Amino acid sequence: MQITIEVLRRENAESAPHWERFSCEADSSATVMTALIDRNAQLAAEGKPVIAYECSCLQKKCGACAMVVNGRPCLACDAKLLDVQKKGVILVEPLRKFPVIADLIVDRHILYENLKALHIWLESECIADGKQAELAYEASRCLQCGCCLEVCPNFCPGDTFFGMAAFVPTARLLSELPPSELGQLRRVYRKHIYEGCGKSLSCRNICPAGLDIDKLLVNSHAVAIWKRK
Amino acid sequence: MQIVNIVGAGLAGLSAAITLAKTGIKSRLISLQPSERAQSVLAEGGINAALDTMGEHDTPENHFADTLRGGVYLADPNAVENLTYHAPEVLRWLEKLGVPFNRTPEDIALRNFGGQKLKRTAYAKSSTGKIIMHALIDEARKCERSGLIDRMPHHEFLRLLTHEDTCIGVRVRDRYSGKLYDLHGTVLLCSGGMNGIFPGMTTGTTQNSGDVTATVFAQGVCLGNLEMLQYHPTTIGIAGKRCLVTEAARGEGGRLYIERSGEKYFFMEDKYPELGNLMPRDVVARTMYFIRREPDTGDQVYLDMTGLPENAWKNKLSDLRQELMHYLAIDPKKAPIPVQEGIHYFMGGMDTDEEHRTSLQHLYAAGECTCQYHGANRLGGNSMLGALYGGRRAAETILFDKPLDACQVQIVEGEEPLAEPASPAWIAQVSQILLGGLGIVRNEAQLTAALDALYALRPQNPREENRLHLAEAMLRSALERRESRGAHYREDYPEKQEAFRKMTLAEYNGSVRISFRALPERRHHADHN
Ligand SMILES: Cc1cc2nc3c(=O)[nH]c(=O)nc-3n(C[C@H](O)[C@H](O)[C@H](O)COP(=O)(O)OP(=O)(O)OC[C@H]3O[C@@H](n4cnc5c(N)ncnc54)[C@H](O)[C@@H]3O)c2cc1C
Ligand code: SF4
Ligand code: SF4
Ligand code: FES
Repeated sequence: MQITIEVLRRENAESAPHWERFSCEADSSATVMTALIDRNAQLAAEGKPVIAYECSCLQKKCGACAMVVNGRPCLACDAKLLDVQKKGVILVEPLRKFPVIADLIVDRHILYENLKALHIWLESECIADGKQAELAYEASRCLQCGCCLEVCPNFCPGDTFFGMAAFVPTARLLSELPPSELGQLRRVYRKHIYEGCGKSLSCRNICPAGLDIDKLLVNSHAVAIWKRK
Repeated sequence: MQIVNIVGAGLAGLSAAITLAKTGIKSRLISLQPSERAQSVLAEGGINAALDTMGEHDTPENHFADTLRGGVYLADPNAVENLTYHAPEVLRWLEKLGVPFNRTPEDIALRNFGGQKLKRTAYAKSSTGKIIMHALIDEARKCERSGLIDRMPHHEFLRLLTHEDTCIGVRVRDRYSGKLYDLHGTVLLCSGGMNGIFPGMTTGTTQNSGDVTATVFAQGVCLGNLEMLQYHPTTIGIAGKRCLVTEAARGEGGRLYIERSGEKYFFMEDKYPELGNLMPRDVVARTMYFIRREPDTGDQVYLDMTGLPENAWKNKLSDLRQELMHYLAIDPKKAPIPVQEGIHYFMGGMDTDEEHRTSLQHLYAAGECTCQYHGANRLGGNSMLGALYGGRRAAETILFDKPLDACQVQIVEGEEPLAEPASPAWIAQVSQILLGGLGIVRNEAQLTAALDALYALRPQNPREENRLHLAEAMLRSALERRESRGAHYREDYPEKQEAFRKMTLAEYNGSVRISFRALPERRHHADHN
């Protein structure tokens, strides 16, 4: 099938964005990411500026390629052209909650800053008994892609509320730390996660890692807010 | 002030940075993209250590012997001894960092992996790399907070800064601002494998372009065993790459077969009754290559996991099943899946001594970018270990040697020719030529034809030129190893030759030079026990 892809391009943060169109032939496996890779080979051969984007694993395991495709945040390497096209057209834009660097690259460093502010690390050694392994495993799967923040009505970079991308890694610590070491984490959890979340769960169906956010929330709230541990 | 510039933020880079931070030495963790996106997060099946938690009387000495044998005696035995004897300690450290490994009721559970008779591979379902990386990143964040790690997650390595045969720092480009910086201080390269030499043909990440290896080679750093490419037996083609089907699938009981005279022929079990489907990867890949070419067999090999117990799907391979259903629309619980060999790992890379020093003073290397530990063929589960332990060991060596007393950051004005990338068309051309010579089965005619084709190319910029030298070194290493060993199989020299039990060394000094270096003998090792 012939697909038209429109990419919202801009040379850098200051320049005005414009749509650039190209078309490509889509087979059943081609994704937005492979279309961009092929397009760049073409642009490079023609001596034109290539489209700036980030990608790494090409198999939805690293979160690098998060962008907005036909209005929905997703991983470009997981967006099959035939599945996401609407009447043969696909609009590709950078994530909107983060500052644009160029074309489809955004600066997501706020994700890491928030985790630093929450003190997401173990101060002492974890004593593994395997009881919480399932929760810790699930929480460790977060890609830090930012798709959940993109759809969250309450998240705005720089605000007190840090969103799901900060919550999920916190859930690992809540599952692994002994109750005696939870004091500080409970405080920041309440302030930066629990109190800001409107529980609309818009983020639930968007997570490309398919994280079981409900389950993690129930457990983490129990530990951090209701002090059941 | 002392500062160590670590290029690469995967398992090796993180492990090194954390080790340095523990002694109060600061590092810059330079990478194209954040750790969360490094290839290390893709590792699936597990990590090896003779923890002996499964009642099989495993020992580090067994792990040592399997690693050396798996690599067909082309690895430095003293380095391998360090690796395998310290492996249990590395695993216990990860446990303390909260890595949720699968467990038996008492301890870390271990699974079977290729080339090893005993259960020795610790795992977190089949996302082990991601889960370990998550814990390491958390640990690194703690050091970041105390100012001992400076994460530089969107910076590209351009070249080493050198002064009279000594490395004094690195030149990097901020991918976001486009600015160039010279970062002074000792350098540790942890830049991963060379996937980008074969774009679209490997199981790894697009980030590891091979440019770091190509550049430092052109700058005089010696490389070793470049002919040793690991083809993984079980990969599937997905958009833009080969996707790995982890060896754990076979570790948990998956079986390879091909159709022969209308029946399923489980060729690995027939040919290698002892280890069967879990022979080292080079053997499995080569057997698949030849079995497809027999007159009475089909041309597709299948991986049959339909006999796996329910427990394996539920607790150990649930993520693999999801992945296969997603990409192939086949439920591996119900039907076999078609698989093919794909480039997966680079045993060759920067040449280091046992302590991770490269040929250039004040330059160190660890992880997949080196040729350390794995010889002619890497065992599954040994590379995460090699990266974690190697990163730590390199950091310890840097501490022992004392890091350079330099830390300045200089903004570079003006042009840097190496900032211009190689063109995709050029890369594709070189890749095609290399594949013509460096297949699973090789011969002199193909290798010389590939070299001739390579010599006819005209690079357009310095990066293309560097890649050309690297490609030449790969082909000539393969040409000059006139024997078959591990991943390097020459149909014109099908036997292993004792005279070639030597490391292939590649050097560049205006032209590429290939030589062979004898391996050290194993020292006495009683002090480990
Ligand atoms: C699909 C898959 C499954 C695997 N499964 C297993 C397994 O089960 N067990 C096992 O032991 N091994 C496994 N491996 C191998 C293992 O994952 C890797 O060998 C190991 O993670 C390498 O770690 P590393 O730190 O050396 O490099 P990487 O994790 O590749 O990190 C390289 C770093 O270098 C940086 N870098 C690269 N180029 C530049 C540049 N020009 N400028 C700046 N930075 C740069 C990157 O950004 C990255 O941070 C698997 C590999 C793959 C692909
Ligand atoms: S539940 Fe709603 S408010 Fe809370 S993080 Fe998700 S999208 Fe945001
Ligand atoms: S919770 Fe899901 S959507 Fe949010 S950052 Fe993590 S992986 Fe991405
Ligand atoms: S490139 Fe890794 S998630 Fe898309």
